[in-house]
Amino acid sequence: MVVADAELPQVAPRGRVDWTPYLLVLPTLAFLGVFFVYPMAQAIWLSLTDQQSGALSLTNFRRMGGDLYFIPAIRYSILIMAIAVPLQVALGLVIALLVNSRFRGHSAFLYLTAIPIGISDLAAGLIWLSIFTERGYLNAFLDAAGLAAQPITFLTYEHTSWLIGAIVVTEVWRATAIVMLILLSGLQLIAKDYHDTASIFGAGRWQTLRHVTLPLLRPSLQTALIIRTILAFQLFATVVALAGRQIPVLAGEAYFWYSLYRSPNVASAYAALILVLSAAITFGYLRLLRQRELEMTA
Amino acid sequence: MTLRRLGIYSAVVVISAWVALPLVLITLAAFSPREILYAWPRRIWPERFTLDTMLFFVRSAGVLQSVVNSLIVAVLTIVLAFLISAPTGYALARYRFRGRDAVQLAILATKMFPATVLSIPLAVAFIRWGLYDRLIGVAIVHATLSIPFVTVIVSSVFVGISYELEEAAMTLGSSRLQAFLRVTIPMALPGLAAAAIFTFVLSWNEVFAATILTLNNRTLPALIINSVVAAGAPLHYRFAGGFFMVLPALIIILLIRRYLLTLWGVTVR
Repeated sequence: MVVADAELPQVAPRGRVDWTPYLLVLPTLAFLGVFFVYPMAQAIWLSLTDQQSGALSLTNFRRMGGDLYFIPAIRYSILIMAIAVPLQVALGLVIALLVNSRFRGHSAFLYLTAIPIGISDLAAGLIWLSIFTERGYLNAFLDAAGLAAQPITFLTYEHTSWLIGAIVVTEVWRATAIVMLILLSGLQLIAKDYHDTASIFGAGRWQTLRHVTLPLLRPSLQTALIIRTILAFQLFATVVALAGRQIPVLAGEAYFWYSLYRSPNVASAYAALILVLSAAITFGYLRLLRQRELEMTA
Repeated sequence: MTLRRLGIYSAVVVISAWVALPLVLITLAAFSPREILYAWPRRIWPERFTLDTMLFFVRSAGVLQSVVNSLIVAVLTIVLAFLISAPTGYALARYRFRGRDAVQLAILATKMFPATVLSIPLAVAFIRWGLYDRLIGVAIVHATLSIPFVTVIVSSVFVGISYELEEAAMTLGSSRLQAFLRVTIPMALPGLAAAAIFTFVLSWNEVFAATILTLNNRTLPALIINSVVAAGAPLHYRFAGGFFMVLPALIIILLIRRYLLTLWGVTVR
């Protein structure tokens, strides 16, 4: 939404305030206030009050922390994120660079690789279930290749790492498209002059990519990283479709506490935890990346 | 040079296969006879295609009603999201005013904390407000989630239409509103349609809020996840459901492909 100020029409003479833009913006802000700010505050409030007495207490957090699924949920959420996000960024970057090289057929390739942004986490989970399930396509391919006489059970609690692998593959398949679109729009903002200059000075393709394109792409990479990391804490339907509750994750636990145990307060404690983690990670990324920037300019 | 092209095309082929293959396989599963989905050795290509699996899914209890519910929620979401965020998108494109950056930031922040955090406290509030288990309640949450996208697309659409055309209409004697309705809106329609379509996808796909906020009036994803978690739905039901949910996405992404970069881009231009 970056528009140079000079391009905008001067709507009111200096000194008089034109209220029209404020009126136009008002519905959005009011709506966000009621359905966005209020529930966030409510989540924190609910998580801090006792369900029976309504008094302020840490009971919900104690119940959350004392639950068998709590530590695994945190561990698996972070583990899946730590494996999936770098893969998404790497593959998204490759696709974006390929599209941006404008080979013949690049627009069809862009359409195809963008399809997953229209696919929900639930549908993606069910699609990959048809592949990874015991009588699924992976075993069918292995059988056709003569590699498995008996079907292999991939999705079982006995092989946690396989379950995680299946979830990571599904997440990379589904969410790389978002990363790719962010990076591609970033790439298209980089003026061609930079590349021309680099090649005049004799830089090869790799050198140009490493020293010109990637540094200029930093803001987009940053956005992609933050968005994917935060969305990784929302991970829910993919996991449920592939692993049920064998791999507990934070959003999934919020769901189970709400609909299975009928405890909106403990569910809110999970929501508050997700909120705090998301905010902390955004803040951490921004600080880390800014510090690097200072070091680089110094 | 040719070596580089060979490299590009082999990467393109591998990545295309990676994206397309699962879509082909779920389509095969959805139109395979039920028996082969459970048989071993498992055939990849069925001897014959059949509609039975899809019909079984569509005729399962609650599915048709939930599809209708999903459509109603999606339409309500589009209406709400446009009423609420189109004026803001216009204001951000056409005016400069004090606090403009703060408004942009507030809207972008909504992108950061989606459904999971909002749904649970809203469920508690909705019970009090009489919105729980009602389609309008789900639509309200979906509208909240789509505000950043609709605002950004609408604003980019209006930035792309020169303000001078509106001014020209005004010098010819029309009011500001008339100029907007007769000159700008017709030019903006394709972009606005893209925003509406994207909002539709967002609502059609959303699982978490829809599950938390409904009990009897399920949308399709809420019904499917509930039948998976609580009722242990059979595999062919799950595959057919997965295919059914993906179908609109394929068509819809094709329709809005010109605007794909705007949706998630950092900047509009």
